[in-house]
Amino acid sequence: MTAPLLQVDDLVVSYNGFRAIDGMSLALDAGEIRVLIGPNGAGKSTICDAIIGRAPVTSGRIMFKGEDITRLSEHAIVGRGVCRKFQAPGILPTLTVAENLAIAARRDRRWWRNLRLAVPPGEAERVDAMLERIGLADRRDVVAGELAHGEKQWLEIGMVVCTDAELLLLDEPTAGMGPAETARTADLVRSLAGRHTVMVIDHDMAFVEQLAARVTVMHQGKLLKDGSVAEIRADAEVAAVYLGRTKHDAAA
Amino acid sequence: MTRPALIAMVLAVAAAAVLPFLLGSYDLNLIARFMALGILALGLVLLWGETGILSLGQGVYFGLGGYALAMHLKLSGLGPGEIPDFMVWSGVKTLPWWWQPFENPAVALIGVVAIPGLVAGLFAWMVFHRRVGGTYFALITQALALAFATLLISQQATTGGFNGLTEFPTLFGIDLNTLGAIRGLYWITLAALVGAALLLALLRASRFGTLLRAVRDGENRMRFLGYDPTPYKVAAFTVAAMLAGLSGALFTLHAGVVSPALVGVVPSIEMVIWVAIGGRHSLVGAIVAALLVNLARDRISSALPELWLYALGALFIVVVTLMPRGLAGIGQDLMARLMRKGAAQ
Repeated sequence: MTAPLLQVDDLVVSYNGFRAIDGMSLALDAGEIRVLIGPNGAGKSTICDAIIGRAPVTSGRIMFKGEDITRLSEHAIVGRGVCRKFQAPGILPTLTVAENLAIAARRDRRWWRNLRLAVPPGEAERVDAMLERIGLADRRDVVAGELAHGEKQWLEIGMVVCTDAELLLLDEPTAGMGPAETARTADLVRSLAGRHTVMVIDHDMAFVEQLAARVTVMHQGKLLKDGSVAEIRADAEVAAVYLGRTKHDAAA
Repeated sequence: MTRPALIAMVLAVAAAAVLPFLLGSYDLNLIARFMALGILALGLVLLWGETGILSLGQGVYFGLGGYALAMHLKLSGLGPGEIPDFMVWSGVKTLPWWWQPFENPAVALIGVVAIPGLVAGLFAWMVFHRRVGGTYFALITQALALAFATLLISQQATTGGFNGLTEFPTLFGIDLNTLGAIRGLYWITLAALVGAALLLALLRASRFGTLLRAVRDGENRMRFLGYDPTPYKVAAFTVAAMLAGLSGALFTLHAGVVSPALVGVVPSIEMVIWVAIGGRHSLVGAIVAALLVNLARDRISSALPELWLYALGALFIVVVTLMPRGLAGIGQDLMARLMRKGAAQ
């Protein structure tokens, strides 16, 4: 068996003594879609922060493609092929939709290379393809700040995918979306499998079911359960942490 | 840009170019001075409006440019072995080493933009590299302006102190007080202003300009897309400082003086106010506001000297609360209304 694309070993992230991540381990295979769920404060976003280099790791190790990235700076990690979508839409509000995507799609991000006027080859094609894929082709020249909430979410997913990073971390991509938009988002995320490895954090169980992916449940900074959607649904311990019931009640 | 706006701009430049034939040397000199200040205001549009970096210390770079040229003007009027009069009065016997390169006109001319550029680039890199930004950055720039003015005043023997450097009869052997020289300098200033505006318009339209706005919109987002925002911010700060240096040098030529009173905290804040009044996203707005505010200052402070600061403060409050897009916003709204009327008929 080949080594996993991402491997998190016995990770601990603590803030002033509070262990937000408390000995969590996780492995993602290349091309896999993984859903990470858990009640509020379980440490789902913190683990993304740790992977991308935004949260200080107290102990443990994060391996990406066989390389230890635990202590690398944010843009060094991004440069190795990890990209993250934040909870609140992280778009560039005064730029147009197409400009947002072009910035994400650019391959050469060294600043002096951007002094040229000509658009680098291939960039315009990648932007157009992504506009089609996220359904914003007719909105390309709209200023991103004026998009509807769901469209902003799609734009940011599009930006993250446009970077062509191997590992995509999507933090609540369906936050604030209605059922129809959620279903479209699920289609979009499913279409990423294979080419990209995706870790999705979400609360919405309908969305999680549509993704039909393996689910990892976190609770209080630790791994609680790991399995298919059906297995997780049937699990008494998971029901207990989500609904606040004791194991005894759930079993009864 | 729309076609009527383009035509209006060409006409405005043409009108400015024939002004020397219509005005006397006093008024012409005054307008040239204010056009020089417009160059600094353009730099602030790039820095503040486009890149989102507020600097309350542009006076430093204005001063560096002004002093670089003034030092040369001071030296060029001297015979061999002589040193400037204020140094003699302070008991200085030989020319300090850091004055010596400015005897060379080429060094002085390059220094006008290179010295502010280097100082600004180094300073900005050190600060932005450590991810200091926003209000903290603005306060550091202001502290620098205070330190710079204080340093100039304290080193009277070699800087001219509070009085600064003044009395420059000639530039490259040309008598500066003739009408011909005043007209020539006016045209040079106009050309520099138009050139700077075109350069910035080009920069804004380029991919680099889009990235500057991207850094303004979401510095962290850029970081997580794999960009390092620091060089973009340093570049914007450096270009703004170079324009401030050019502005300072031209202003010094027209005013015949450069002094700490022109480079400290209060003038640095006034510079930001011009741009706020003009509209910080508008190059044209910044130029118009630099001209209008300074003309008003000239009129008001010669009639009622105490009133000026209150008038400026009141104007600033009105602009910030009632018209956040400044004069440029009013202009754009008027233009849009005219176009709609034109289309309806």
